[in-house]
Amino acid sequence: MAGNRGQNKNVRLSKNLSEMKFMQRRVKKDAEEELESEKQRQIDDDHWVLDLPDLISKGNRYETVDSMADCEDLVFGRMSFKGMNPVIEKVMRIMNGEEEEEEEELEEKAEGVTEEEMANRYSSLVGTIGKKFDKKRIHSQTDVDAPRKKHKKKFLKPPDE
Amino acid sequence: MAASMDDFEPRVVLPGDSLMGHIPGELHGKMTLGPGLRQDETKIFSTKAGILKRKNPHTFWIDCHQKRYVPAKGDKVLGVVTQKAGDVFRVDIGGQSQAILSYLAFEGATKRNRPNVQVGDVVYAKLLVANRDMEPELVCIDSSGRSQGLGVVGSDGFMFRCTLGLVRRLLLKDCPMLKFLGEKISYEIAIGMNGRIWVRAKSIHTTIAVVTALTNCEFMSEDDMKKMLRKLVAAGFHDSRPKPN
Repeated sequence: MAGNRGQNKNVRLSKNLSEMKFMQRRVKKDAEEELESEKQRQIDDDHWVLDLPDLISKGNRYETVDSMADCEDLVFGRMSFKGMNPVIEKVMRIMNGEEEEEEEELEEKAEGVTEEEMANRYSSLVGTIGKKFDKKRIHSQTDVDAPRKKHKKKFLKPPDE
Repeated sequence: MAASMDDFEPRVVLPGDSLMGHIPGELHGKMTLGPGLRQDETKIFSTKAGILKRKNPHTFWIDCHQKRYVPAKGDKVLGVVTQKAGDVFRVDIGGQSQAILSYLAFEGATKRNRPNVQVGDVVYAKLLVANRDMEPELVCIDSSGRSQGLGVVGSDGFMFRCTLGLVRRLLLKDCPMLKFLGEKISYEIAIGMNGRIWVRAKSIHTTIAVVTALTNCEFMSEDDMKKMLRKLVAAGFHDSRPKPN
């Protein structure tokens, strides 16, 4: 019902129906929405728009970069050699390490396992691993049953005094 | 008219040159225009005199000889703290106006725990805001709040100015100069994109030697650099030399 109402939002209600008492909330909401859209339209009309050529207004295929460092591949400018500043040397190692890692990742992608191979592997694995879980399930079933029998509740007669 | 992908060659351009014939127009995807290039509607013009260069596939810029630094977002620069003004430090980075550096933009700094930065200190910082109409803004931390080598560089050491071209040349990935020096001499260096280099070595003599070597290599080829370094080492500027007193 609720979903239906959402879909037919732009369906006009008949006058008779909208005058009924239980429809007043809906009627009020509709009126508010209309007012809002009217306002928006007015704002859009009032606002000035730059008279730009199509190219710029439609989005530019050129992106501008200010920094020379983004154009050329420049390294980080803080360096230390032969143990002059161990902190900086650590930072350098981390930065160089990251680069190496990226390279390694690329290599891995190049000579890694393809998805098909992986799928083949797994199709045979599913059986073997499945067995393992089968056993467990049996175990767990028996485990669950056994204690239940033990703990069957009985009415404990209060001892007479 | 448009040059195809393969026949791009670096070429000398002057301010105002239209580059539509030299920047291939049929490349797919977004193109990146670096410093010195300006787009005017559908055309691209150069605004600097230099060499039009390209990094594959879509980046173009003009490599020019320049000494004046124009702050650019993301650059790591060396600045000198000139003033403590309430919540910020004013830092001279060689641009048209002083940059501001918030005291909270240091590693581990809180409102209570202010960083120990004095007027006259040299800081290595990153430009967060660089805008024609606003004061440049510096930070000494990365996005995760770690300093990663940024911050106040040591109090001893020597800072000197050089051209922006030399800085870029030293920072290129395959530049051998710093590595050569590092094999013979133990030193520490901070290179700012604003044409300032700060060097610290074990003794003042060695520091001066490193500074001289760096300033000299502006117009040198790689072979010349190696020769100069060999001379430097032969003259006794390496760590095995006893400290001059």
